Amino acid sequence: MNALLKNREIWLVGAIAVLIAVIATRFPGFAAPRNLSTVFNDTSILMILALGQMVVILTRSIDLSMASNLAFTGMVVAMINAAYPGFPIPLLILVAIGVGLILGAINGFLVWRIGIPPIVVTLGTLTIYRGATFVISGGAWVNADKMSPDFIGLQRMQLLGLPVLSWFAIATIVLFFVMMTRTALGRSLYAIGVNPTASVYAGIDVGRTKFFAFCISGAIAGLAGYLWISRYVIASVEVANGYELNIIAACVIGGISIAGGIGSVGGAVLGALFLGIISSALPVVNISPFWQMAISGTAILLAVVLNARGERKQGRIILKKAEAAAA
Amino acid sequence: MSAIGTTRQIPDRLDNPLRSLVFSWEALLVAVAVAIFIVNSLASPYFLDVWSLSDLTFNFTEKGLIALAMALLIISGEIDLSVAAIIALASTLMGMAAVAGVGTPGLVLIGVGVGIACGAFNGFLVTGLGLPSIVVTIGTMSLFRGIAFIILGDQAYNSYPASFAFFGQGYVWWVISFELVLFLVAAVIYGFVLHKTSFGRRVFSIGNNPIASHFTGVRVARTKFILFCLTGLMAGIASVLITSRLGSTRPSIAQGYELEVITMVVLGGVSILGGAGSILGVVLAALIMGMVTFGLGLLNVPGIVMSIFIGLLLILVIALPILWKRLSRRRIA
Amino acid sequence: MNATADIIKPHAVLPDAQPLLTLKGVTKTFPGVRALHNVSLSLYPGQVTALIGENGAGKSTLVKTMTGIYQPDGGEIAVDGKVVALNGAHDAFAQGITAIHQETVLFDDLSVAENIFLGHAPRTGLGLIDWRTMRAKSRAVLNGMGAGHIGPDDRLKDLGIANKHLVAVARALSIDARIVILDEPTAALSAKEIEDLMMLIEHLRAEGKAILFISHKFDEIYRIADRYTVFRDGEMVGEGMLAGTPQNDIVRMMVGRAVDQIFPVRDSQPGDVVLSVKGLSHPTEFDDISFDLRKGEILGFYGLVGAGRSEVMQAIFGTTQTSAGTMTLDGKAVAPKSAAEAIESGVVYVPEERGKQGVIIGMPIFKNVSLPSLRKTSKNGVLQLAEEFSLARQYTQRLDLRAASLSQDVGTLSGGNQQKVVIAKWLATSPKVIILDEPTKGIDIGSKAAVHGFMAELVAQGLSVIMVSSELPEIMGMSDRVVVMREGRVAAVLDNKDLSAETLVRTAAGIAA
Repeated sequence: MNALLKNREIWLVGAIAVLIAVIATRFPGFAAPRNLSTVFNDTSILMILALGQMVVILTRSIDLSMASNLAFTGMVVAMINAAYPGFPIPLLILVAIGVGLILGAINGFLVWRIGIPPIVVTLGTLTIYRGATFVISGGAWVNADKMSPDFIGLQRMQLLGLPVLSWFAIATIVLFFVMMTRTALGRSLYAIGVNPTASVYAGIDVGRTKFFAFCISGAIAGLAGYLWISRYVIASVEVANGYELNIIAACVIGGISIAGGIGSVGGAVLGALFLGIISSALPVVNISPFWQMAISGTAILLAVVLNARGERKQGRIILKKAEAAAA
Repeated sequence: MSAIGTTRQIPDRLDNPLRSLVFSWEALLVAVAVAIFIVNSLASPYFLDVWSLSDLTFNFTEKGLIALAMALLIISGEIDLSVAAIIALASTLMGMAAVAGVGTPGLVLIGVGVGIACGAFNGFLVTGLGLPSIVVTIGTMSLFRGIAFIILGDQAYNSYPASFAFFGQGYVWWVISFELVLFLVAAVIYGFVLHKTSFGRRVFSIGNNPIASHFTGVRVARTKFILFCLTGLMAGIASVLITSRLGSTRPSIAQGYELEVITMVVLGGVSILGGAGSILGVVLAALIMGMVTFGLGLLNVPGIVMSIFIGLLLILVIALPILWKRLSRRRIA
Repeated sequence: MNATADIIKPHAVLPDAQPLLTLKGVTKTFPGVRALHNVSLSLYPGQVTALIGENGAGKSTLVKTMTGIYQPDGGEIAVDGKVVALNGAHDAFAQGITAIHQETVLFDDLSVAENIFLGHAPRTGLGLIDWRTMRAKSRAVLNGMGAGHIGPDDRLKDLGIANKHLVAVARALSIDARIVILDEPTAALSAKEIEDLMMLIEHLRAEGKAILFISHKFDEIYRIADRYTVFRDGEMVGEGMLAGTPQNDIVRMMVGRAVDQIFPVRDSQPGDVVLSVKGLSHPTEFDDISFDLRKGEILGFYGLVGAGRSEVMQAIFGTTQTSAGTMTLDGKAVAPKSAAEAIESGVVYVPEERGKQGVIIGMPIFKNVSLPSLRKTSKNGVLQLAEEFSLARQYTQRLDLRAASLSQDVGTLSGGNQQKVVIAKWLATSPKVIILDEPTKGIDIGSKAAVHGFMAELVAQGLSVIMVSSELPEIMGMSDRVVVMREGRVAAVLDNKDLSAETLVRTAAGIAA
């Protein structure tokens, strides 16, 4: 029971349930399964991105360039689609993942091989990738009328009662869950965050593992690039501007420690869902969407305060009576 | 000088100060600045004009003012990502007050006061509750700008008194703007505080090792709290300048400034890991960034493309010395 | 079910076996430092070889070279007579080489099972990590070494230091290593835990593993080792069978000269009470601590690691808050709320964790020394560099600091010289009471003697010293009186006259005479 209460995911599920319940008392329609599945679908891209960011944060790094990577990759696939409407969409998705991965690998290379702190590297590539988006597009937009029906339609197709976009999110969640809990790479990502020195002694190449983390976040940003563009049917330089902070916010709310080593797939997903529910609830409860930003800010601050409480290290207990009392 | 007793005298320093000056980060920045100046003046016939050069300064003075305080904060091992949001909130509240008929002195007081209050709030969360500053200020960044959005929505304030325009548009003498004078005075003050006072020394010691500093009697939390307040104060001042220069406030004002300010600080040679850096470096970095932006502007290069140069500059200037050191070590071995 | 069946594989122990691992002419150089020079070493199956040397003799570098963390610049490493290249910890695992390191290099936020198996976890048919097998195997390894009280799913951070050590040992065993290196494994253990570890090593030896045992403690070395190898300044200076080799011969090889650990002779005449502590308590760390410290006295604090001594010192220094109790300094009540207040009142603290809490690495020597005295060396908050240099010069010279210049980064100094910088920094504040927490831990014999000599000099000048130490000879050689702590309480205050090693150890461990 005690262990259950210490579990962040349980707390988050509780918080989300309370949030939905409170909204449902005034607007019962909000809690209807149909609406909740819409909220899930609306939050899919953020969930996917948060998982990519989580992997990087676990390794004591940060990727500020994800939103710029998304904009660049989105522009690339939109331009390919506009120029060659017959280009198969599955292949185009692979292109998106590949381009994103290359951009992520550049970040990872600079961190791993040159030894520049991740925050500096991704601060730089944040502006570079967005600038590059302008360069390849010449500042022009790619609109819905230039995109092929397949390009736009794929994620809207229904499969077993859910849009394909939701299935993208579900597949990513499952994939990440398996990766983080059952593969050597996943466990290495945790290990180098918990204790880099001990990781070296355990035969883990810390630098290379960080490189992989950035490759993963890059590939995820690439995938999200396609999903974003096909969802909002416009590719421009301004796409997802500033969105990197929402991604980090989802991670922080999800209990992923910025100090590395602590966090879970469930946490990242729930953190994103929490933000997603708030943004879908605002119009329902008739609060101006301009409140969204302040609310997520408050949520981040509350989450970080609560996480710090949970993480606070308990000192060695020397006195026997205190030990008995604590047990 | 003869050695005392049997012990030998340990010299104060061994390295040649001139040599270390020539190979310093600041010297490299001066070289870069000169190179960019020359390239700019060759590339555009309009660059070498006093009014052009005067206009150039507006490209870095506001961000530069924040960078001065941010440099101290980053040297102490913390960071503030909320500075641009503080600008937005301060500007919004100034706009509100202006609508209510508050005069210019009152507006300045509000701008600066809001800045200090926001900085103190960050400082309290970080030093009082012991939270990581990067996450705290990502949160307050949303919160501060979020409040501006709640107040303004898609509206704008633009009814500022005429005398308010001086701060961002006025000239002290000939081509020397008020903003430039303010920046230079602030740079001298911050340089003095960081490099010549015991407060500055403690900032460095905290950045190098906060625990050992605490165990040596340095009041770590209080010092960091002051630095957050100073950063807030500078953001408040920048807010007054920007609002005055633009003459209007939207909640999206100064969006993305925080990253430019941090780029400026890091480019100036301040270690993002804390413990090292100089104000001279930050001033030079501000100048370089201003010249790059302005020079490319003269060539009609769009702002977004300029940001590529800034990003590349940031990574290259950090990467090159590392690679150079590695290369020269290999040559010796 | 025989849980231990898959770990214990008996090997025949041959009396004149071929070496399992040999190092020939191994050299390792770091910029400016020759850490290992032409080192040769052989480890034999079923034998424990003790590696002996002063700090800085190159022992840790050797361990890191043997486990693949460092790659040698020259020479060769052979396992079973075949030359191998160890490019990373993985290669060392593959050769059956494993090490239990000095500091526990483990993962606090991961489970015990994962700490044991990280890097070589059992896999399912699909190549995924098989948690169930991993838990079962962990339980088997832990049971096999008599550590069944540790569960595979326990978080490492919830375990005590001794249990963490056991997990490290379990990790070494899980690799099915043939060559086991133990780098000062007993440093953080209690007497009972050391005994358990010795049994375990004997068990490993019986299984035919080749063991390298690194320790500073001669009683342990003579208890467990068959052979010895002595290192000095990165070179192997002697080796042989331990039986019949007197301790003094080994010490002579270690230091290159014959030394007895001699403590300065003092004519101590403690004066009035300077610091009086009454009923000092903390909710979880210590309770009802009372003692008096007199002028010109060295008051030793002895106890097992984890008895709460450092915590009491940090409370006196204001960095740990107390729940009850009073302190008076020179008759005036003091209750420091921070280190700054304690320093102000004349109490200073040389911490045990020198690198973390003592020196500020990245800053030059003179700035380290002047940091607590900045008010004295600056004018109205403006730094006066000349003042700082003269202050630093004065105190570092008194301590015979070895440095190229005062502007040298303190991080480039040896441990002993860093300690001198910390002490110099405090002397410059003209304190009344100086607390030294394990002042000679991890520093070479030369610096040790310098620190001891200096402590004697300080008390002769009327300063009062509290010395926390876990080294019996140091406690007995230096203290006027000894406070013995056990489980967060004062177990006894003993006068130098009644001091015997036996009494001290008994009192600290709570064993009746």
